[in-house]
Amino acid sequence: MSDETEEVAEESSEPEAEMAYGCPVSWSLDQKVIHPAAEAWKATAAALYLDGWNMCVDITAVDYLTFASNRQLPAGIAPERYEVVANFISHERRERIRARAQVSAADPVIDSLYEVFPGVDTLEREVFDMFGITFTGHPDLSRILMPETWEGHPLRKDFATGAIPVQFKGAPPAR
Amino acid sequence: MTIIENENETIDAAESVDVVASEASQLHKLPRRNAVLRMSEVRAAELVDSPLAGENDQTMLVNMGPAHPSTHGVLRLMLELDGETVRRSKHVIGYLHTGMEKTAENLTYLQGPTNVTRMDYAAPFFNELAFSLTVEKLLDVEIPERATWIRMLMSEMNRISSHLLFMATNGMDLGAVSMMIYGWREREQVLRFFEMVTGLRMNHNYIRPGGVAADLPDGWRDEVLALMDMLPPRLEEYDILMTGQPIWRDRLQGVGNFTADEAIALSATGPILRSTGVPWDLRRDMPYLAYDQVEFDVVVGTYGDCFDRYAIRLNEIRESMRIVRQIVDQMPKGDYRVQDTKVTPPPRARIDESMEALIHHFKIFTEGFKVPEGEAYVAVESPRGELGCYIVSDGSSKPYRMHFRGPSFVNLQSMSHMMADSLLADGVAIISSVDPILGEVDR
Repeated sequence: MSDETEEVAEESSEPEAEMAYGCPVSWSLDQKVIHPAAEAWKATAAALYLDGWNMCVDITAVDYLTFASNRQLPAGIAPERYEVVANFISHERRERIRARAQVSAADPVIDSLYEVFPGVDTLEREVFDMFGITFTGHPDLSRILMPETWEGHPLRKDFATGAIPVQFKGAPPAR
Repeated sequence: MTIIENENETIDAAESVDVVASEASQLHKLPRRNAVLRMSEVRAAELVDSPLAGENDQTMLVNMGPAHPSTHGVLRLMLELDGETVRRSKHVIGYLHTGMEKTAENLTYLQGPTNVTRMDYAAPFFNELAFSLTVEKLLDVEIPERATWIRMLMSEMNRISSHLLFMATNGMDLGAVSMMIYGWREREQVLRFFEMVTGLRMNHNYIRPGGVAADLPDGWRDEVLALMDMLPPRLEEYDILMTGQPIWRDRLQGVGNFTADEAIALSATGPILRSTGVPWDLRRDMPYLAYDQVEFDVVVGTYGDCFDRYAIRLNEIRESMRIVRQIVDQMPKGDYRVQDTKVTPPPRARIDESMEALIHHFKIFTEGFKVPEGEAYVAVESPRGELGCYIVSDGSSKPYRMHFRGPSFVNLQSMSHMMADSLLADGVAIISSVDPILGEVDR
């Protein structure tokens, strides 16, 4: 998980290498996952782009606040509360790759990929809205689904779900 | 490919992170970067209320929607107009947000399809399919062949109905009002078939983890073939009414131009990406279900304008019909769901005679089945593009996190770029050609 020295893995990398684009690799149900450090997030995305992963189809996040076990992270990756997950596609190779970066609860900030993949614009806004993770370098980081005045970030695990009582006209009184 | 040749020296030379990143940013060709209006609502309100407003203004801020008839539900656009020309625009969404991803965390995997089917309400089977495929990947169960083919049949019929709906609304938005009636009429026939199979016209909860809810009813084959005979002459009528018509062509050709570079940079998928000439269709390029066993063509456009997007959808109906005919011929016999009592409820008759079956039935509907710990992302090609489902399981009977990558949500970004420097009247054609379903955008 070195962040400065980018070692781009060759296409025919040995299985025991377990590194790609300078990040540890794990296989989640035969889907390839790389684990860049949060500081190397943008650099890794740029390296992916230059290696032919030409589209970032999805960015989302997970709040691991109440997740019990170690969640299958490779050695050397310390689990943090938030995880930002990005999916990349290579049209040429017809393959997918997923990147998962750990983002700390104390300082939920990560670089925006907007400069590398402009298509992440609304996806990052959604993550910001739902999880309160800040993407530095995003041109317009604002709430997208919730109202601008909303307090809290709904998809965080400590955001309470509550029921709003609804009164129906003519309904029989509650017994 | 030249990019890959440059790659090693670029990364070796670049000591710092930023150089690599800026290198990459220059590679993405997004000429109309300023097409997006980046302004908060508060700031917009300030500008409008400002005493200086109207003095030396070159441009005007106008809201379109959320109740505008051609915004397909509750899409709102903030437009910066220069006379009748749209300079910059921004889509404001969230009016239909009901927190479905949060809801999913409190529903069992068996209840999940009931929730997700309401996202893209014009193509509900695809939501259920993406969800079920992801859960099955986590469970590592193999579903019977017949279930796979039933799923494929329903997906393709749904693609037909969804594109027919597009034909109807696209016609209505552009003034071909009779087209609206025709499109709805044909779609209704397809929905009648859905009702026959699933009992419901929309929001079926038919495709479930482990297979489908019920086998195809008697007479399904005749019903499908009747539809396949009914549709081709109707599609030819559409051609007469729209495709060849000079008014229609003038209204759409050259409007909302979009290049392949822009589409890829903006993560556009589905007909929007294909209209620019990129032949990318998950059914062919990353086959799921049994799409590698049927023959079909991927329809692509050339100019990336509204006409291409219209023509692609019209011809995708024809391709889907081709697939459906092959499915009808090749539908295998067998079970319509896995007979694994840990995942699917036991057959009704077994419950009367077996205590164990009764217990399984009770456990599945009260507690649900447990899914092993892990995470997976599975995507399918919905009528609007890549519909992906990402589920993180913590080993319990409810998803720890469920995320849907709605194609409309991402495709909406392209709209501002298509609309830049075009006439306001063309804006309606452009919104329509993106074909957003707001239930999926807002979730």
